Amino acid sequence: MDGKLDWLAAGLPSEGTNAERPRAGNVARKDVPTCRLDERLGDVRDRVREARWDACVVVNEERVVFGLLRSPELETNLDLGIEGAMRPGPSTFRPFVSIEEMAAFMIEHDLDSSPITTSDGRLVGLLRRQDAAKAALELHEKEHGSHGGRT
Amino acid sequence: MPQPIDRDEVRRLVDGGAQLVEVLPANEYEEDRLPGAINMSLRRLEEEARTALDRSRPIVVYCWDSA
Repeated sequence: MDGKLDWLAAGLPSEGTNAERPRAGNVARKDVPTCRLDERLGDVRDRVREARWDACVVVNEERVVFGLLRSPELETNLDLGIEGAMRPGPSTFRPFVSIEEMAAFMIEHDLDSSPITTSDGRLVGLLRRQDAAKAALELHEKEHGSHGGRT
Repeated sequence: MPQPIDRDEVRRLVDGGAQLVEVLPANEYEEDRLPGAINMSLRRLEEEARTALDRSRPIVVYCWDSA
């Protein structure tokens, strides 16, 4: 087989000491709105707003990620096609990446959100920086105790 | 006869009773492994396989990647 890397990158179940620790795939929001390349930006924006989101992942019929629409892209010319409005080829991350690593990377690179995909490029969910940072902090406090002492 | 397979085939074989063997170092096995896999040292694979594995069932051996 293609090895453990391929298995974990596909988001398949695993066992071991890392299995219970939060990872990108666990924390990513699975309810992120998606749209297709041939849709009109205005229609997609309305749908995204109704879902109370500020981002949308552009996918094909097999949920392979093509691009990302964040707030700035959603507010551009509403008659544009999605292909002309989206940020193409966003950096994606695999589901098994530790949440501490994701949080540190997203903060360092000022990423508001990152698509989490399988090794085949299929969307698992959208990881938001605030969710990653919160989960990483909770994990740190659980494993090392909170840094109390403040009055 | 050994043959390379993909993860879908692994799942199918395991559902049918195949045995999974990870040949990575023990610390890596302890951290992450495929469900139900056992760990065997690559150096001692032949020796350990004789006693730990059931020769009547398929055996899937894996490491970190296909390289």
